[in-house]
Amino acid sequence: MKKNKKASRQWLIPLTVSLILFLIGINVNEPQRVLEQAWNICLSCIGIG
Amino acid sequence: METVRKLIQTLAALLSNGYWMFPFTRNIYQGPMKILCSPGLNCYSCPASTTYCPIGAIQQLLLSVRFSLETGSFYVGSYVFGSIGLIGSLAGRLPCGWLCPFGLVQELLHKIPSVKFPAVPKALRYVKYGMLLFFVILFPLFLTNEWAMGSPWFCKYVCPAGTLEAGIPMLLLQPDLRATVGLLFYNKLFWMTIFMGWSVVTSRPFCRTTCPLGAFYGLFNRISLIQLRLDKEKCTDCGVCAQVCPMGIQFNKDFDSPECIRCLRCLNEACAFGAISLKCGGLDLQALNRAGLRKAQQVQAAAQLDQPVGR
Repeated sequence: MKKNKKASRQWLIPLTVSLILFLIGINVNEPQRVLEQAWNICLSCIGIG
Repeated sequence: METVRKLIQTLAALLSNGYWMFPFTRNIYQGPMKILCSPGLNCYSCPASTTYCPIGAIQQLLLSVRFSLETGSFYVGSYVFGSIGLIGSLAGRLPCGWLCPFGLVQELLHKIPSVKFPAVPKALRYVKYGMLLFFVILFPLFLTNEWAMGSPWFCKYVCPAGTLEAGIPMLLLQPDLRATVGLLFYNKLFWMTIFMGWSVVTSRPFCRTTCPLGAFYGLFNRISLIQLRLDKEKCTDCGVCAQVCPMGIQFNKDFDSPECIRCLRCLNEACAFGAISLKCGGLDLQALNRAGLRKAQQVQAAAQLDQPVGR
């Protein structure tokens, strides 16, 4: 029972780590960089050029 | 449930490719929605794409990481890894089964009547982890040119979704680009043809062998909030769940496999004994599981009626 309870909460660990990473990314303004990249056509990415 | 899943897949594909002005602007969407992460593999150079592809974004950030650090910016991919980590922690590989546009394309291709080869050699399953580690992370990071810039290896040399959703449409929209078509494009066209042709005879071959995003989400399958569970006391080892699984998993033997895309076909079409259940944070989703059991019992009863006498 205790093991099951522990297993059912395991998702909280990666969720917390991911949330921290996500917030760090926002703090260093990475979303703006991602947005700038996504606004441009990456020709080599699509196999052209 | 399968109809609901198909509807959600279609809706997700339309939402993540919801910019329908591109035939007039002849360019990709450049609005603020592109700050949002696409839960499935969806090329952000696709003219209709409204979200960013996490696999493309990680490579772009890593290939220019030296330049970023030298200029005092810490763009190391934490926002993107955090975004897909959040999705993976909550749902595991569920987005592959319910939200990925390229998954939908493969499923539709598999509906074309033909000889079917359900099995994929087990060793090929590990290729996707190699793709994630080498083509998405290490090669863009370390194989650099004289200006210390890497290349987006997975997008550039492999990604069939990029060729289908972005490469071909951009060549049609911008005729000037056709002069630049070369070996690189033909290589990508080759891989796209291989995977699309393979999808006709085998279910979801790209997801099973090559997709780095599926490999990443799969790492969370054993610990994610949403889980498919097997009650071993109710399981009769009949193996029907393995027959309906689009990923070729023997669910009764490997119920928390990193391959499972949580399409719920085993729950809704196979197990007539109530051995499979969907759980959220350890809690049984009873209404959904009961409906699934009823549907599976109907499907199995109909399948038995269809069998010739004496079998």
